[in-house]
Amino acid sequence: MNQDAVLQVKEVTKSFGGVKAVDKVSLDVSKGEIVGIIGPNGSGKTTLVNLITGFVKPDSGMVLAGGKKLTGLAPHRIAGLGIVRTFQIPRPYHSLSAVKNLVVPLYSSRIMHTIGGKLGDRDTVALDILEEIGFERDAHVPYKLASAFSEGYLKRLELARCLALRPHVIIMDELFSGLSVSEIAAMIPIVERLQMNGMTIIMVEHRVRELFQLAHRVMVMNFGEKIAEDIPELITKSEIVKQAYLGVT
Amino acid sequence: MPERRKERLDRGIKVRTEGIYAISSWRGIAYALLPTFSFVVGMLIIPLVAPSMTWQRITTLACIFALLALSFDFLAHFVGIVCLGGAFFTGVGVYISGVLNSAFGLPMVITIPVATIVGAAICTLFLLPCLPIRGIYFAIVSLMYPLLFSRVIQALEIFGGTDGLPGLATFPNIWVELYFIIPMTLILTFGLRRLVNEDFGIVLQAIKDNDQAVKASNINITWYKTKAVFIGSAIGCFAGACLAHLYGWVGLSLFALDFSIFPIAATVVGGVGTLVGPIIGALILAPLSEMLRAFGPLRVVFYSLILAGLVVFKTEGLLPFLQRKYHQFEHWTEV
Repeated sequence: MNQDAVLQVKEVTKSFGGVKAVDKVSLDVSKGEIVGIIGPNGSGKTTLVNLITGFVKPDSGMVLAGGKKLTGLAPHRIAGLGIVRTFQIPRPYHSLSAVKNLVVPLYSSRIMHTIGGKLGDRDTVALDILEEIGFERDAHVPYKLASAFSEGYLKRLELARCLALRPHVIIMDELFSGLSVSEIAAMIPIVERLQMNGMTIIMVEHRVRELFQLAHRVMVMNFGEKIAEDIPELITKSEIVKQAYLGVT
Repeated sequence: MPERRKERLDRGIKVRTEGIYAISSWRGIAYALLPTFSFVVGMLIIPLVAPSMTWQRITTLACIFALLALSFDFLAHFVGIVCLGGAFFTGVGVYISGVLNSAFGLPMVITIPVATIVGAAICTLFLLPCLPIRGIYFAIVSLMYPLLFSRVIQALEIFGGTDGLPGLATFPNIWVELYFIIPMTLILTFGLRRLVNEDFGIVLQAIKDNDQAVKASNINITWYKTKAVFIGSAIGCFAGACLAHLYGWVGLSLFALDFSIFPIAATVVGGVGTLVGPIIGALILAPLSEMLRAFGPLRVVFYSLILAGLVVFKTEGLLPFLQRKYHQFEHWTEV
């Protein structure tokens, strides 16, 4: 057993009706690692994220974080333990400005009694986070309503919401999807910097090229099952992965 | 023929008095304060200009409806809970203060606060199971409760059964009544407006926009929704408690559907999401309904026509319309 595993997924299974969305998937994530999860559409990647973060309850198996059982906890409690996620489709608060979008995580019980919560200047903290992930720090952009932002900014706002919770594990559910090549190029250094600051990152991604550039380890899923887990270089050579992705027999 | 469209521009003084710049001149201060000031003063002088005791009575009833509309608007626009439980709130408030007054002989100064707090707790408890359900389902459940309660009271013959509880304490005179309810309406309106701009209100608005993201932000949304429903039902129960002492009587008719539907009409007419709008809406609709009594059986027809007209031609609501006229001027430009 890996001693510095911050997150352990143990044989989780989830069926929706007769379909096994996730079938006995196990995954160990060590501290400071970037783990990629790839797989064709409908292979159960997002369901796995939902299982880890408590949005979906598993039929069997469990998820542990630093020895503590996450399975059965409500989503907000798991977020309170510092394991946060972004959503595949951005979920901003449309009627609030970008800065006020961050007021919500800063008002959470995890942050409430620290700097940015009731202590210190919250607006500065919010603006710092926004700047860190690529919002212009000027008199205009952070105060625009979330409904006025483009897809690229909304994805960043998703990430900002996670960062405001000062997590130690971030699960990014298709952070790069829907972004242009140049927007992705701007995001990659941000993710790298987060990892260098000691954060553990799980990336669910369709953009394989960019993912392989970042990830230390990649897990491949197909029809709810884990079919491969290795370093990126070996994954690209794996026959079984080619088969799943390209349909080559 | 060239096409024309209406162009709306902010008035210069609006731009000059935004935020802290309002204190740059007396005129700026006056401009920024005038809407609130006229609303408060307007509310306070209604009793003085009301032509007769009947109209003063109608004003107090309008304020009761205004409070219910306020509660509806708060829950619907700032928390995203469509609550048709106006009748439920008033019914619970009315019966608690009625029973406390008639069975235990407690004075009004005790029954009204107790009915507000205990009533809100009871309403919240009953609505708690449906809090995770969003949208129309919550509305239906909250609409059903008043029917349930009134039938239970009828069937079990408790709290006076179908006869109700007569002979409750009433306000000493109409002036006390008016100058208790109107300032309370004002305090609750501005208190709520303050609340929705605080962090607590921002979280509620975030829950309305996207509850999944709030869950993912380490915030227990059910707890926040519970608090919001408590606030909403406390306002409704307070209105109900006042109603018991206005009538000096408590009965099953105070669970009537009017208390659920009228606040929605008032909110739509006044402007959804403005908090002050629903008050203005209720203060227009309640007297209007009385004035139309002259038409006898046709009263409802005219009332419905006016309501439909207001909704069709001023969809945004009266208050947003007035705000726009105050802050902007319009002119036609060629496209």
